[in-house]
Amino acid sequence: MIRAVLVLGAGLALAGCAAPQSRYEWGSYEEVVYASYLSHEDVPAEKQVELLEKDYQVARSANRRMPPGWHAHLGYLYYQVGRGDQARQELMTEKAEFPESAVFMDRLLANVKKP
Amino acid sequence: MSIRTWLGCMAVLCVGALTSGCQTVKPYDYTNFHAHPPRSILVLPPLNESTAIEGTYGYLTTVTRPVAERGYYVFPVAVVDQFMKDNGLPTANEMQEAPLAKVAEITGADAVLFLDLKQYGAHYQVLSSVVTVEVFAKLVDTRTGILLWQGHGVAQQGSGGSGNILGDLISAAITQALNKHTDRAHQVSRLANANLFFPEETGLPYGPYSPKYDKAH
Repeated sequence: MIRAVLVLGAGLALAGCAAPQSRYEWGSYEEVVYASYLSHEDVPAEKQVELLEKDYQVARSANRRMPPGWHAHLGYLYYQVGRGDQARQELMTEKAEFPESAVFMDRLLANVKKP
Repeated sequence: MSIRTWLGCMAVLCVGALTSGCQTVKPYDYTNFHAHPPRSILVLPPLNESTAIEGTYGYLTTVTRPVAERGYYVFPVAVVDQFMKDNGLPTANEMQEAPLAKVAEITGADAVLFLDLKQYGAHYQVLSSVVTVEVFAKLVDTRTGILLWQGHGVAQQGSGGSGNILGDLISAAITQALNKHTDRAHQVSRLANANLFFPEETGLPYGPYSPKYDKAH
């Protein structure tokens, strides 16, 4: 847990420094992705979802875009924690925001079956 | 001029010579790149030739941001990784050997970024440690297989001594303990990536989402 918090903290500090030049709201995205590869007891999927949702609130209030891949990754996390409807919604948002993702998103959407 | 001032000047000159030495790099030939400019880039997990197993994902999870900020659509790296694993490609080596046409068909990516992680981690000495991250990158057009761009990025971050031997021994132990937790190499990866992607004459050109994208090409 200590490790994960330090990793996330360092990432947030870096993100904070670079924020003014960025065109996207990165928040803790890359550190959350990294955390998903570390031990799952450290930062469980539910916690990863929570961190990304918090970043999204920040982005909305500042009227900023989420980076490429962000909505797809959140959709993938929603799928892991059994929130299928929200998973589909995020994959469709990714496709709408970044048409380059359409082929891959359609493939993933076909895998996320309706309940 | 006292000896001390003279030494000081020499030190400054040496640093100056070293820095200017780094800048005499031959510009990259972007002919192939401009013939097939990509909009979207699929980043595959790196081949990991370092001695650190954690390098594969410690490094992979630092690549999205610089490439996206350069102006490209970057596919979600963990989702791609899991999709490939679920479809019979369990390792980075196997993913990198998958036929490009198949990758294009599945993802719709214009180009694939192949990464080769040469070094990732710390070398401990008695009083300090040096963290090094070194990576080679190749960007390949998925439809033609043509090499669009390639680059090399390396970064080092050291922790030096203070001259107080006992104090240094204690702080070296503390620094080593902290390193284990914060994975300094993960942070040094961002510096290596800046050296890989951002140099104006050898880096990755600006993509369509960048305001600096050159539409003439």
